Amino acid sequence: MKAAGNAACTRPPLACHQSVFYILNHMVQYIRTRFDASFAALSDATRRGVLEQLGRANASITDLAEKFHMTLTGMKKHVGVLEQAGLVTTEKVGRVRTCKLGLRRLEEEAAWIERYRQLWHARFDALDKVVEELKPKEKVNGRKRRE
Amino acid sequence: MDARGESEPTPMKNRTTVERKSERELVVTRTFNAPARIVFEAWTKPELLKRWWAPKSTGVSLLSCEADVRVGGSYRFEFGHEGSKPMAFFGRYIEVIPHSRLVWTNDESDDGAVTTVTFEEKGGKTLLVLHELYPSKEALDAAIAGMEGGMPETFAQLDELLGTVGASVGQS
Repeated sequence: MKAAGNAACTRPPLACHQSVFYILNHMVQYIRTRFDASFAALSDATRRGVLEQLGRANASITDLAEKFHMTLTGMKKHVGVLEQAGLVTTEKVGRVRTCKLGLRRLEEEAAWIERYRQLWHARFDALDKVVEELKPKEKVNGRKRRE
Repeated sequence: MDARGESEPTPMKNRTTVERKSERELVVTRTFNAPARIVFEAWTKPELLKRWWAPKSTGVSLLSCEADVRVGGSYRFEFGHEGSKPMAFFGRYIEVIPHSRLVWTNDESDDGAVTTVTFEEKGGKTLLVLHELYPSKEALDAAIAGMEGGMPETFAQLDELLGTVGASVGQS
């Protein structure tokens, strides 16, 4: 990215309250990385198959290796890639590592969308004020005067 | 028990929704308590655009705001924030249907979105739908990433604005 972007990154959060700017930077960076990882993860047929499989039911790495006629090591690698992309999460219970579809990815996206929504929300609130002023006079007569 | 309620133009806080419709599309919706022609006017007159796209209270100002809202006409917004260099947003209007529809390109890069805003009037209110279509999912990715360096002023402004909005919400 441009130098300006880097400068923005190191800028401290604005003082007044939780800084949207600051959060956005982090989110954006995270999402960019995640997107890259997702594209890479989804470029492989086996990994897409694993996602489909996990969409139906959680499975252990051993299950998946069997299903896709693969060595345990090979499947571990694929799951690792999916995990890094946030598409899959794994949890080890006892000696079995169970894989399931990752929610993190969706949560991150939802977070980004929420920030984006707030940007428009803020603008639209300002737009409301402009619109109110543009409304014909007769409708403005009732304008609230009291505090 | 709000006898004067109906005649009071105090803006209701209408909900802003955002949906990622597909890998390439983002859709923003919001209802305004005014007829479409008024909302449209606020989107098409530079002097009005200037007042809400980057409100003064935020400390961010539009250094210039040119918007020739005609098919083929161009727009260019330049933002300024103390201590940082101005940032420009520009493109062209490719569709202009008064009181109903605006479509513009964003020409800062090849990955710019085409933005369609529709104004749908119902019962004196206007449903505004803003639709951003990116040329590819990679482009949307890039746009998101680009915000990091490309929109600090907007975010700083948003930050302050949210403080203001938060404060006024707290009053009611």
